[in-house]
Amino acid sequence: MPPLELLLQQALNGVMLGVMYALIAVGFTLFFGVLDVIHFSHGDIFMLGAFAGLSALLGLKAAGVAGAALALPLAFAAAMLVTGLVGVAAERVCVKPLARSSPLMTLLATLSLGLVLRESVLIFYPRGADPKPFPQLLPQGGVEVGGVAIRYENLAILAIGFAAMIAVDRIINRTRMGAAIRAVAQDPEAAQMMGVNLDRTVDATFFLGSALAAVAGILSGLYYSEIHFIMGITGGVIGFSAAAIGGLGNVYGAIVGGLLFGVLQTTAAALIPRGSEFRDVVAFAVVMLFLVFKPSGILGEKSVERV
Amino acid sequence: MNHLSRRELLQGATALGVGIALAPAAGFAQKKTVKLAFIGPLTGGTASNGLGGRNSFLLAVQERNADPKSKYRYETEVLDDECKPTVAVQAALKATSDPAIVAGITHYCSVTAIATVDTYHKAGMPAMVWGAVLPEITYSHQHVEITRVNGTMINQNNVAADFAVKTLGFKTFALIHDTTDYGRAHAKWFGEFLEKAGGKILSTQGTAKDQKDYTAELTRAKGDKPEVVWYGGLTPDGVRVKVQMDKLGIRAQFQGTSGIKSDTFNETAAAAAEGTLCFVEGAPTEKLPGGRKFLEAYAKGGFKEPSEAYGPFAYVAANLVIDAIEAVGPDRAKVAQRLKRTKNAGTIIGPVEFDEHGQNTVPLISKYVSQDGKWVLWEDSEYASGKRTLPGLKFKKM
Repeated sequence: MPPLELLLQQALNGVMLGVMYALIAVGFTLFFGVLDVIHFSHGDIFMLGAFAGLSALLGLKAAGVAGAALALPLAFAAAMLVTGLVGVAAERVCVKPLARSSPLMTLLATLSLGLVLRESVLIFYPRGADPKPFPQLLPQGGVEVGGVAIRYENLAILAIGFAAMIAVDRIINRTRMGAAIRAVAQDPEAAQMMGVNLDRTVDATFFLGSALAAVAGILSGLYYSEIHFIMGITGGVIGFSAAAIGGLGNVYGAIVGGLLFGVLQTTAAALIPRGSEFRDVVAFAVVMLFLVFKPSGILGEKSVERV
Repeated sequence: MNHLSRRELLQGATALGVGIALAPAAGFAQKKTVKLAFIGPLTGGTASNGLGGRNSFLLAVQERNADPKSKYRYETEVLDDECKPTVAVQAALKATSDPAIVAGITHYCSVTAIATVDTYHKAGMPAMVWGAVLPEITYSHQHVEITRVNGTMINQNNVAADFAVKTLGFKTFALIHDTTDYGRAHAKWFGEFLEKAGGKILSTQGTAKDQKDYTAELTRAKGDKPEVVWYGGLTPDGVRVKVQMDKLGIRAQFQGTSGIKSDTFNETAAAAAEGTLCFVEGAPTEKLPGGRKFLEAYAKGGFKEPSEAYGPFAYVAANLVIDAIEAVGPDRAKVAQRLKRTKNAGTIIGPVEFDEHGQNTVPLISKYVSQDGKWVLWEDSEYASGKRTLPGLKFKKM
C-alpha cells in the first residue's frame, strides 16, 4: 500500500480529472434529458472549445491584452460563445431534421459531425496535427501539505470548474429558461401547451451544454498546458460514460459520474499492479456493471426506457 | 484534282495547330509513368512526423521528375495509415492492389509497419520502411520485399542506457512506456541494456497511446524517488509526461526515445522541454553528408510542415526505390531483388547497406539534449561543455 501522502495526491489527481469529465458529462445529460438524444460530437465540441479558447488568448495577446485577469475571462466568453453556437447549429443540422428517424440516424449524424470538426481543426488550424502549447495563465507554484503537492493552478481550476457547475444549477433551477428546460425534459408536449417555446428551449439547452464543454476544454488546456485535436475522442467517450454512470438526464448525476470516473481511473493506475495498463479497462468495466445492474445510473430516473 | 473546301482547310489548320501545341507535351509524355506509394501517419497524434516524411518523399519525386536523365515519369499515391494497424493494412492493400504502383515508401509507426509486412510480401510489392524502429519489422522474416532505411531501436537503447548510467552516472530509473509494440519493445530493450550497464529499474508502467493524464502513473513513480523518468513513446505523449512531471514536482531527469525527437516536442513542452535527453539513429539532418543540400531543397519546395527527424530517411528511401526502378525497370519482383542487395549506396544520410534481412546497418546513434527550445547534439551542447547542468544532475546534488 502506498504511503498516505501518495494516496492523497492520487485522490487530488482523480478529482482534477473528474471535474473536467463532469463538465463534459453535464452536456451529454442535458441533451439527453431534453431531447432523448446522445450527441456524440460533444467530445469534439469540448476540443473545439479548447482551440477557440487558445485562439482567443493568442488574439488577445496580439492585441496587447496579456494580463490573465482580463484575457482569461474574455477567452472563456469567446470560447463559450463559439461552442454554444456550434452546439446549436449541430442540433439544427444533425438532431432536429432526424427527430422522426431512428435514434441510430442521430447517433450516426452526430458521430460524423464530430469527425468533421476534428478533421477541420487538423486541416485548417495552423499545423493542426501537432499538440499545441496552452498559455499558463493561472498562478504557478504551490504549497506542499503533508507531502501532497497542491498547485495554486489546481485550486483555481477546481474553483472555476465548481463555479461553472453551480452556475448551471442556478440556471436550471432559478431562471425562466431553466424552468422551460425542466418542463421540456419532463413532458415536451405538456410544456408546449403551457406556452413553452420548444425550439428556443432546445437551442438554449444545446448552447448551455456546449458552452460548458468550452469551459472544460480551456480548463484542460490550463491543467495540462497542452491541447491536441484528438483530445475530444476519449473526452467524449468518458464524458458520455460518466453521464451514464451518474444517470443520463440528471445533471447532478453527471457531476457525480464525472468525479467517480476520474477517481476510478486514477485509483486503478495507482493501486493495482500494472494498473496503468488497465486504468481504462477498470473504469469502463464499472460503466458496464452500471449498465447491466443499474442502467438508470446513480441518480438517474427509475425508468430504463430512455436508456 | 480535288479542291479543298473551306471547312476541310479549317479542319486541317486546327489539327495542325493542336499538333504544334501538344508537341512538347507529347515529348514529355513519351516517358512511361510509374507510380510510387507513400504511406505514413498524415492524421492523428504523430501526423507531424508523417507529413514531414510525405513532403520529403514528394521532394525526391519532384527532383527526379525534373531530371531529364530519368527514364520514367513518377506519379505518387499518398495514403494515410493514421498510425493505426487496421488502417495501415487497408492502405497497404489499396497500394498493393494497384498494379501501376511498383513500390512503397512505408510507415513511420512500428505498429503499422509490423502489421503490414505480410501484406506487402503476399502482393510481392517492395516496401521500404522510412521511420519505424521495431527490430521485428525486418528481423522476424526473410521476405525480399521488406527493407528499412532507418536503424532499429536495439542500438539506440544500448547507447541510451550506457550513456545514462556510465557517462551521466544515473542509477535508478522509473520506466513509463506506451503499450503499443513500439513502446513495449523500447522498454524491453532499454531495460535489458540498463541492467547490463548497472542501472536499476524501480518501476515499469505501461500506458495507453494518446493518454491525456499521466498524473497517476507519475505520482506512483514519484514514490520510488527515481533519478530518471524514462518514457518510451511518441511526441504528444512525451510532452504530456514531461509537463505533468514538472507540475507534480518530480525531481528527476527526463529521458525519451527517438519518438520524441521532433520540433513539436520543444514547441509544445516549451520551457519544460529544457534538459530533456533523447537518442536517434543517424546524425542531425544538417550534419548528414547531404543534409544541408536536402534542407535547402526542402525549404525551396515550399512545404508547410518541417521535415522532422525522419524526413531525410523518407527522402533517401524514395531515391533508393527510384534508383532501383531506373536500373531494372518498373517490375515489382526485380525492384525488390535489387533493393535487397543495396550495398554502399551514396545517400544524404551516408552510405546505405542492407544486411540479409534488408536492414540498413546504421552504426551511428546521435545523443540529443533539448537546449533553448532546440534539439542540440549532446557533444555540441552547453550541457556537455559544463556550462549548464542537466536537471537530473542538479536534483542529485540537492
